Amino acid sequence: MKPNDVFILIRDLRKEYRTRSAEKVLALEDVNLSISENEFVTVVGRSGCGKSTLLKLIAGILPASRGEISINGIPVSEPRKDVGMVFQSPVLLPWRNVIENILFPIEIMKFHTGEYQGKARKLLDLVGLSGFEKKVPRELSGGMQQRVSICRSLIHDPNILLMDEPFGALDAMTRDELGLELTRIWQQEKKTVLFVTHSIPEAVFLGDRVVVMSPRPGRVVKVVPIHLTRPRSIDMEFTDEFKNYVLEIRESIYADS
Amino acid sequence: MDLKSEPGAFYKYLLPVFLIIGLLILWQILCTLFEIPVWLLPSPGRIITSTVKWARFLPMHTGVTLYETVAGFFLSLVIGLPLAILVVYSAVLRNTIYPILLVFQSVPKVAIAPLFLIWIGYGEMSKVLIAAIVAFFPIVVNTATGLESVEPEILELSRSLHATKLQIFFKIRFPWALPHIFSGMKVAISLAVVGAVIGEFVGSDRGLGYLILAASGEMNTALIFGVMAILALVGIVTFTAIALLEKWICPWYIESGVRE
Repeated sequence: MKPNDVFILIRDLRKEYRTRSAEKVLALEDVNLSISENEFVTVVGRSGCGKSTLLKLIAGILPASRGEISINGIPVSEPRKDVGMVFQSPVLLPWRNVIENILFPIEIMKFHTGEYQGKARKLLDLVGLSGFEKKVPRELSGGMQQRVSICRSLIHDPNILLMDEPFGALDAMTRDELGLELTRIWQQEKKTVLFVTHSIPEAVFLGDRVVVMSPRPGRVVKVVPIHLTRPRSIDMEFTDEFKNYVLEIRESIYADS
Repeated sequence: MDLKSEPGAFYKYLLPVFLIIGLLILWQILCTLFEIPVWLLPSPGRIITSTVKWARFLPMHTGVTLYETVAGFFLSLVIGLPLAILVVYSAVLRNTIYPILLVFQSVPKVAIAPLFLIWIGYGEMSKVLIAAIVAFFPIVVNTATGLESVEPEILELSRSLHATKLQIFFKIRFPWALPHIFSGMKVAISLAVVGAVIGEFVGSDRGLGYLILAASGEMNTALIFGVMAILALVGIVTFTAIALLEKWICPWYIESGVRE
């Protein structure tokens, strides 16, 4: 990874909302961040620190109030198709089977779904769900559904993967499992990942760097580079190095309030 | 069905049937025992014999009411679905149509029925219209609710992929709303039966509602009961038809509902 290679550049970003009662809410202020290509960046912070808003701004589905986001030197001004999105809930379409759900983005972009069948199956294999092609979402567990939604986010081979607390609704064991899987997929598929979470250990475990944000208004408090070796393993969570990262991040979150 | 392996089946299916049969027998016994006059409360046996006497006229009257119900229901669907879509997609229409609908909904439909007879006439068409206006409100409300119940994340995802409004409607919103639309339709079909009978009460020369009025004019209480049973049957059959259609069109919803 070349640290000088800026892929996503966020400069002086500010985002204001107007609530229904016409009150102004400052979701993000003075956010500056640069992300290299193929970097895995995790974002932690308390709820209300504008983590999700940041992802929506990068995806181009929300406009910034001030400042700029550019990807590969090009300012983000409209929704970007080269972005894959994963949310806290899998939001699969209940009437479609697994394969049809994964191919949903292809259909929307009016590509030939037949040509992507193979790719969809390969992705399913990657998350360990071979043989589940014809199942419908209600036949799958929460963890399996989230795996399918990760496949859906990768089907159109986006450069950037935006993940908004994707494992937040899962039990601890499934969480660990999916975390490992995700790092494996990331190493295989080469994506730039922005991963929002409110679990500090998860952020340390997954990230090349951890971005710590503070709430009201959302600001970047600290960026912590994580020097744990790859591939990561669950055992690392018991090392002093890991615990020190967790402590450092926890302190910076609490110091702010 | 093996009842032993499934203890719930007895309580679910057989118990209600036994209960109804038991009540009918009790009814029969009480009528005979206390010699209740037929014009006041006929016994089940008497209801059956009196109704059978009319058997050759019943199919025609039943057919008329069934036609009015089903036609009224479809009319309410044809009006209600597009109206709901307009309301969801246009803030202006939502703010103008919804208040009118609410006012309209609070007028008792029985009060409107005579107007339709004046405007459209005595025939079946006026009953179809009355059935439709009685039935269409739940369709509008449920469809609008369903279209708006789509999870916001899936819309964000679609937006990031530059989905068109048509794609969002046909690939997400409409199928997402289908279970809601079906529950609206189930309420609507039951109301359509009521609407058709109201129309017939106000003025007609055929249909099950007309038959009830005619029977009450002759103090033929047994026939009234008989026709009531047929009306209930019309309600059950039309409702079941829609429930089956729902099971066929959106099985993902029905089965997930049973599971939980």
